Amino acid sequence: MIKIDNLHANIEGKEILKGLSLEVKAGEIHAIMGPNGAGKSTLASVLAGREEYEVTEGSVQFDGEDLLEMDTEDRAREGLFLAFQYPVEIPGVSNVNFLRTAINETREHKKEDPISAKDFMAMVREKSALVELDSKLASRSVNEGFSGGEKKRNEIFQMAMLNPKLAILDETDSGLDIDALRIVANGVNTLKSDKNATIVITHYQRLLDYIVPDFVHVLYDGKIVKTGTKELALQLEEKGYDWIKEELAN
Amino acid sequence: MSMIAENKKEFISRLSRTSISIPEELKSLAEATLENTDLPTTRNEHWKYTRVAKLSKIDFKNSAGNVQNIEDFIIDPTKATFVFVNGHYAADLSSTEIPEGVTVELLSDSGMTSSIIKNEGEVFNALNTTHLIDGASITIADKAQVETPIQVIHILDGNEQLSNFKTVINAGAFSKANIVEGFFATEGSEKSFANVTAEIKVGANAFLTIDKVQFENEASFHISTEQIEQDKDSTFTINTITLNGGLVRNNLNVDVIGENCTTHLNGAYILKGKQHVDNHSIMDHKVPNCESHELYKGVMDENSTAVFNGKVYVRKDAQKINAFQSNRNVLLSDNAAVNSKPELEIYADDVKCSHGSTTGQLDDDAIFYLRARGLSRRAATQLLVSAFITEVIDHIENENVRAFTFDLLKKRYGWDVTPEDFH
Repeated sequence: MIKIDNLHANIEGKEILKGLSLEVKAGEIHAIMGPNGAGKSTLASVLAGREEYEVTEGSVQFDGEDLLEMDTEDRAREGLFLAFQYPVEIPGVSNVNFLRTAINETREHKKEDPISAKDFMAMVREKSALVELDSKLASRSVNEGFSGGEKKRNEIFQMAMLNPKLAILDETDSGLDIDALRIVANGVNTLKSDKNATIVITHYQRLLDYIVPDFVHVLYDGKIVKTGTKELALQLEEKGYDWIKEELAN
Repeated sequence: MSMIAENKKEFISRLSRTSISIPEELKSLAEATLENTDLPTTRNEHWKYTRVAKLSKIDFKNSAGNVQNIEDFIIDPTKATFVFVNGHYAADLSSTEIPEGVTVELLSDSGMTSSIIKNEGEVFNALNTTHLIDGASITIADKAQVETPIQVIHILDGNEQLSNFKTVINAGAFSKANIVEGFFATEGSEKSFANVTAEIKVGANAFLTIDKVQFENEASFHISTEQIEQDKDSTFTINTITLNGGLVRNNLNVDVIGENCTTHLNGAYILKGKQHVDNHSIMDHKVPNCESHELYKGVMDENSTAVFNGKVYVRKDAQKINAFQSNRNVLLSDNAAVNSKPELEIYADDVKCSHGSTTGQLDDDAIFYLRARGLSRRAATQLLVSAFITEVIDHIENENVRAFTFDLLKKRYGWDVTPEDFH
């Protein structure tokens, strides 16, 4: 699905990713954990194509294509989805209107016909129910006046509407109470299939009780320094990151 | 200065004086102004950002033009549509099924008996008086509730045409009406100039809404002055939508002379190329217990320039006034510019007033967010500017005017916006 090899990236001349490698196959869930400043959100931003970041070395293959050569919108149309850590409020633009445009631009990209109004509305109803997002919220201005939990649920609603191959959840769990966390996790689990994959970036092990990863990676100082299974997340929760730093030092 | 004065006479030397019956006193005042007043330069505070010198270099003519097809210029399908070409009434293009309670006369038939437009020192108003071609005088009878909009369409046709055109609107007490005005130019018309005045009286407890759409062309000039007088308990709304025109200057002056009035001034301007659009408004609260709401929003692309100068006066004894004014602009190009000057002059001490002006670019984070969902940069930009400008267009109650505006946006800017999308 995605193969990241020796990725180096800068922002404003400061190197954040320092040779990151990671491979995710279809049907897998990978969790990336790490201390503040390790480069977790930078990885998400670089994969989504944020222009402030400069890739200086390495490669990213997405379904055999060179991801780094694609514009942000083409990455999305090819099936990469980023659930934002801080979803943007866009006054005046309704959620459903922009999602219809997004779906139709993706369909056009794939040389498919636009979605019918009827099918689209049916999909809105089905997918908003999945994340228990009030259908009124679904048609309101994008994230405007949404609570923190509603914003994150809206991200998963959009993910459900766009049905990506690879979803990257950037700290989607931060700031969620346990009920909202369950709803979000349930949405992600329902959307999971053997044809798609998920990368969960998180600070806390808590989310991984609900979205069970196949692999857990520790991102530290711009690199993946340790890979394990879900037990590794529990270890990190218990012991913090210092023992990993020590392991690295030796 | 004298150069311009000389040129000024030159630029209208081929035009004949008005044949419309106008009171002598008014005529001679206008003649004196025309004789003694130069075209304004940017040294004049009211024309600081708008250069009109190039008008003086054109040798203007006036003819009735030759317009055959007005399909593109019909904003509302109303059967009460009065069409003027270069200021001349075009009977064959008009349809005159006037709704009950409304009288429409040509100024060439009715003449003028008085005027509330300031001629002194205002050279374009004076020129409009001395060289008036024709215009429409619309009277809404007292208590008439007019469901059908009355539409006035003015078309510039041909090269170097100067049209001095006027509308007079009298909305009787307790009446309600919607007037739609459209200003257009035929394809290929170059360097033509619509010099327009409007005199509008809103009677006691009347509701009058004017929807004004300006879509001339990038080689045209348009200067208009609207003088409005609002009597007690009345509600007046004007929506000014400017989408095309090389140089456009709108002077909008509202005098509120009766208590308990409401005034809405809404404006949207979406510009590209080398367009220059200047909206000057004066909202004058002379009496207490009134409210006014002014919202002007603009989107400027390429090398276009917008000017906004909105002045709100609250006179000494005009207590309990709520006056709000807002001008917001989005620049889509590094070469586009805005000069925005909101002004408040308050002489009363018990009022609620606010004004504000913002100019900026589109939010990069919002564009990235939309692109990350698969929208092209172009679609994302269009969605954001549409949302921005729709706030103004939403104030237009006449659905046909709204739909026509969105059609023009598609035609000129390629915006494919469905108005319902924003509700």
